[in-house]
Amino acid sequence: MTTFQPVLLEAVGVAGSHTLASYRSRGGYAPLERLLKEKQPADVIELVKSSGLRGRGGAGFPTGLKWTFLPKDHPGPIYLCINADESEPGTFNNRILMEDDPHQVIEGIILSAYATRATTAYLYLRYEYPQSWDRLQGAIDEAYAAGLLGKNIQGSGFSLDLYLHRGAAAYICGEETGLIESLEGKRAWPRIKPPFPAIEGLFRKPTVVNNIETMACVAQIARRGVDWFRSIGVPADPNNPRDPGSYGPKLYCLSGHVERPGCYEAPLGITARQLIDGHGGGVWKGRKAKAVIPGGISMGLLTEAELDTPLDFAGPGKVGCLGLGTAAVVVIDETVSIVDFLHNSCRFFAHESCGQCTPCREGTAWSLRMLERIRAGKGRLKDLDLLAEIGNTMGMMPGSTICGLADGAAWPIKNAIKKFRGEFEDYIKRTNPSGWMVTDPVPALPIVGAH
Amino acid sequence: MITTQRILSPEMVARIEALAPRYPNRRALTLPALHIVNEVLRYVPYEAVVEVAQLLGLAPAEVQDTLSFYQFFPQDKPSGETRAWVCRSVSCALRGGEEILDHICHAAGIDPYGTTADGSLTVEPAECLGACDFAPCMLAGKTLHKNLTKESAEAFVRDARARAGKSS
Ligand SMILES: Cc1cc2nc3c(=O)[nH]c(=O)nc-3n(C[C@H](O)[C@H](O)[C@H](O)COP(=O)(O)O)c2cc1C
Ligand code: SF4
Ligand code: FES
Repeated sequence: MTTFQPVLLEAVGVAGSHTLASYRSRGGYAPLERLLKEKQPADVIELVKSSGLRGRGGAGFPTGLKWTFLPKDHPGPIYLCINADESEPGTFNNRILMEDDPHQVIEGIILSAYATRATTAYLYLRYEYPQSWDRLQGAIDEAYAAGLLGKNIQGSGFSLDLYLHRGAAAYICGEETGLIESLEGKRAWPRIKPPFPAIEGLFRKPTVVNNIETMACVAQIARRGVDWFRSIGVPADPNNPRDPGSYGPKLYCLSGHVERPGCYEAPLGITARQLIDGHGGGVWKGRKAKAVIPGGISMGLLTEAELDTPLDFAGPGKVGCLGLGTAAVVVIDETVSIVDFLHNSCRFFAHESCGQCTPCREGTAWSLRMLERIRAGKGRLKDLDLLAEIGNTMGMMPGSTICGLADGAAWPIKNAIKKFRGEFEDYIKRTNPSGWMVTDPVPALPIVGAH
Repeated sequence: MITTQRILSPEMVARIEALAPRYPNRRALTLPALHIVNEVLRYVPYEAVVEVAQLLGLAPAEVQDTLSFYQFFPQDKPSGETRAWVCRSVSCALRGGEEILDHICHAAGIDPYGTTADGSLTVEPAECLGACDFAPCMLAGKTLHKNLTKESAEAFVRDARARAGKSS
């Protein structure tokens, strides 16, 4: 492996890295000051567009393109929402950026607001990040005092207010329209789209929602340029006109059964195996991996044989996973029962479904009940077909739900049953020797620890 | 006699009002207001919901609707002086998070979501806390407890009980 110098994480571990002085000493805010003087908002959109940057929040939508969906010559206000709800199991890169280098994030926010002509930005932070809150608030205060936020920034005529807004421990607030509803003071029920937020978003005004890591990338593109960004990662497939490529560095979160869990920066396209063996020091205790989550629990599972899959935006999809997601890689070693894994996954989604769409509310709840029953030694082979049916029918892809949470719930079910069916069958036959073949309806068991 | 005792103190109202200029309408103050009340009282009784609604010009049902969605703000009684969230999502579960949750509850003598009789500690299961690099982990108040073991979990329960009544 060639050694790759971290850029987004360059300040991690440096004493005082969260301060304005430290950020300035690394060249921070100079690009912002230059662009505010020399460039128009449209130029900044063009810069980000030509870099090929795709959103780091999970969907991988091209950032510059998203900005061009805002109405032209809108009288305003236009809002920028920064998504720091970061609740996808396995994911913690936003936390590290906010805690260790909040000014890098804020420079990206100011640049993005300038590009989109937003004059108010809200940073929606999950409740569980008190340290991020303190670091961000400290950095925002410093930025106001230095004339980098507020009225007439650096004499450019551009003004921006940036406010922190705290969530209340609900995963669905990370879905962009759930976030918007939550910010408006309502229950975080995702909206039916269209209209997309760019047309009608926060407070019914044009709105851009972007992830924290996306903001950090914008700051680095402004500092290092488009050519630098495009020199990293995986270029667009020339034979696929719909592939925008996977450019730039990416923060991969590595956790579960690895020797050295952590957040590692690597070029988009590193393989799961390179990450686990190279950065993570291998599967812990010298064991083998049974399965690996490629990008947060919603993305499904890679088998050991699929670990050479490149983790770029196109890679995981080629082996039946939902996508790159948040690039959170979770290693599950050979001693873990896949039944227990799927139970854990189903419990998460049953807990986090907002309940608006019947297929998601019922599908997540019933998949959990079935896994509870299977683990209680009352599984039947027929349950596997029922689970697969739930997996195949709930979600935006089959077109039965409002948001992608249901797809995220479906993919681990589909992948686990398809890729590990033999293990499920063995488990069910072993634990329910007298009933595994039953196909009549069976009563559900009471649920422990879920609501 | 009808009491006119308000739940929202003048300080709470002032903190909520200080945030008002940030938003184009008052409904957006709902979550910030609930957080402020919960920070001070460790719960948001229904009377506080009514007062928040009055302050923001909303129907109490609108505030209650939002509040109840999150399952985050206790309404019947205050949570313990320390509120601990023990992660049970995948990365923590792989490293023993569920056992740690059981162990903490056992050491505290409560079920998940319960509060100790002395009011010192509430323990709740949590979904991914975004600290999977420190699995198994727990957030207690503002403190992240990393790489928990049975021993550190027990020490945490002992400390939380010893602190009871001394913090506020
Ligand atoms: C259920 C669900 C949860 C999500 N959670 C997050 C999240 O925590 N953070 C995030 O940035 N994006 C999350 N997203 C994606 C957002 O909807 C949105 O695509 C993203 O914030 C856009 O930012 P980006 O273009 O910079 O990636 C979630 C999506 C879904 C369907
Ligand atoms: S798919 Fe699920 S989480 Fe998304 S809106 Fe529908 S019920 Fe809510
Ligand atoms: S799974 Fe426990 S902190 Fe992420």
